[in-house]
Amino acid sequence: MFWQQLVNGLTLGSTYSLVALGYTLIMGVLNIINMAHGEVFMFGAFVGLFLVNYLKVNIFVAMAGAMVASALLGILLEMLALRPLRRRAVSDLAPLISTIGVSIFLENLALKIFGPQSQAFPAGALSGVQLQLGPIRITLVQIVILGISFGLMFVLRFWLSKTRVGKAIRTTAESIETANLLGINTNKIILLTVALASALGGIAGVLVGLSINAVEPTMGLSMGLKGLAVLILGGMGNITGAMLGGLILGIAEVFTVAYGASSYRDAVAFGIIILILFIRPQGLFGKRQGGRF
Amino acid sequence: MKKGLTKWFTGMMIGTLLLTTAGCGGGSAPAANSVSEGAGTAKIGVVAYLSGGGAAYGQSQKEGLDLAKDEINALGKVKIELVYEDSRGNNTEAINAVNKLINKDNVVALIGPTLSGEMFASGPIANQSEVPIMGTSTTAEGITDIGEFVFRNALPESSAVPQAVKMAVEKYNLKKVAIMYSSNNDWAVSGYKTMAQALKDNGVEVLATETFADKDTDFSAQLTKISSLKPDAVMVSSLYQEAALVLKKAREIGITVPFVGTNGFNSPELIKIAGQAADGAIVASPWYPGKESEKITKFVTDYKAKYNKVPDQFAAQSYDALYIYASALEKAGSSTDRAKLRDSLATIKDFQGVTGKFAFDEKRNPLMDATVLIVKDGQFTELK
Repeated sequence: MFWQQLVNGLTLGSTYSLVALGYTLIMGVLNIINMAHGEVFMFGAFVGLFLVNYLKVNIFVAMAGAMVASALLGILLEMLALRPLRRRAVSDLAPLISTIGVSIFLENLALKIFGPQSQAFPAGALSGVQLQLGPIRITLVQIVILGISFGLMFVLRFWLSKTRVGKAIRTTAESIETANLLGINTNKIILLTVALASALGGIAGVLVGLSINAVEPTMGLSMGLKGLAVLILGGMGNITGAMLGGLILGIAEVFTVAYGASSYRDAVAFGIIILILFIRPQGLFGKRQGGRF
Repeated sequence: MKKGLTKWFTGMMIGTLLLTTAGCGGGSAPAANSVSEGAGTAKIGVVAYLSGGGAAYGQSQKEGLDLAKDEINALGKVKIELVYEDSRGNNTEAINAVNKLINKDNVVALIGPTLSGEMFASGPIANQSEVPIMGTSTTAEGITDIGEFVFRNALPESSAVPQAVKMAVEKYNLKKVAIMYSSNNDWAVSGYKTMAQALKDNGVEVLATETFADKDTDFSAQLTKISSLKPDAVMVSSLYQEAALVLKKAREIGITVPFVGTNGFNSPELIKIAGQAADGAIVASPWYPGKESEKITKFVTDYKAKYNKVPDQFAAQSYDALYIYASALEKAGSSTDRAKLRDSLATIKDFQGVTGKFAFDEKRNPLMDATVLIVKDGQFTELK
């Protein structure tokens, strides 16, 4: 049972990580918490579902489609809810509140368009296939989730540290004014970052939708809260932190249920987070100041 | 510039204030008034879970009520107007909705709210204001203890669940079971307690009791644990959303035993979400669309024609509830007297609805029978 529960924890945790990656990117560059990320995640899941159910495309094509659609949604979010606030010198909290507005809007829009019922991916879209490895039973979806989460993390890290655009993003994260002075088109870079973060949210939506096999308009909220917890646990704006933080939270939750009492699931998981933050207030991988990513 | 902005802002604030107060002070809004002035139209307020996670329940209830309203108004003995308020499954919203319907819309009676927790929160307000309130899906213990004005036609769990448990124990010779329930939902906890008591009464051993929360989506940890204990059956007390995901995960990790559920299992949505995994799910229900009866066949056909789906229990019980109100209104002979309506409601008996023969007992709970159902090949069928 131990190994099986470990696998359960890892898969649950990697979905948290995927969601947290999106938060972390935006946090790192813009220094704001994008409260609408959970709803972008939900929209991605619905787009994937729509593509698979109505256009009968392959599940991987649907993931790509969900990423594109979510990226577009992210661009809208940046242009309508974030950029206008950046131009004026408003309170730091204003973007937070405006993204909360966007999240409420998106949730209700989804309720209107898709209805309140939860919907499932059709059988045969990855789900259902199982592998028995010794004592462990693992589904194909779990393997894909693990693979894609870790894959994306490495690609993202490499891209940020080695490519020109990645460097521009890091410079912008350091200081928007300085980046502007250095001739970086910061508006473009910010747009790109938000689109990228939203695309990650979109694919996470499809993957989570596949693994629990239920997509519904309010799924973004609980996942968004977990993602936020991971963001803080891992260290604001740190990619490795988001990745490991997610896994820690997932494993902590699963093991509380397995070897303790299921009622204490969240209490123990969040208790661990508080404990870690006592020891490292900046989060697992966060630095005390400056220098994100 | 700064001053100009401040002025502009203050102007806006005053404007908004005026607008909102105008909205509140409007008392009975003119539009609503002109409709209800008609010859003795009874205004009934409905508080339902119309948006959010459990909106499917509220939607079914609204559909059942709308269908009944049209039929009753066509018959012409009494005229009914329904005023809907969305509670979003939230206790505070339910309280606000009940307050608004009683004080602003001046309804003669209330239907709802959808969840038992919402009823515990908002029922006392209706009771204090002496407005009859009838729950159509509030199955938890103690609902009608709120007061004299609180009714329900929802079959209490204390009556339905033991029937399901007893039937399953006899049929499958259950010796040891595991229980799962949603620990942050009043109604599910009440269902769990009834379940545990019924199991004790039938001499069944409980191997493990696992909890989760409403809106949880990951049950792999609990089910992996339960799977290793090899129970004869699993008992689940939760809404259908979580129940369906539990069933799905359970079948995925190889738990093939029957699942006995509380009222949450009792929805076509359970089968729609869980698919094949729903096979072997057992529940006691006052509503069974497959029953041989002219009344039921007509209801199912009409409902299908209007909404293009088979009515679930929530639609059926709401449909009956409005007919119960209609016959009480007819007897009371007034479309505005709340106290008269309450007294006439309390005397309802031998009412023939789509959920069977119905009467209120002295505690304003329903006296009715349930049918134990099991899902077979994606269909609810009678467990015999």
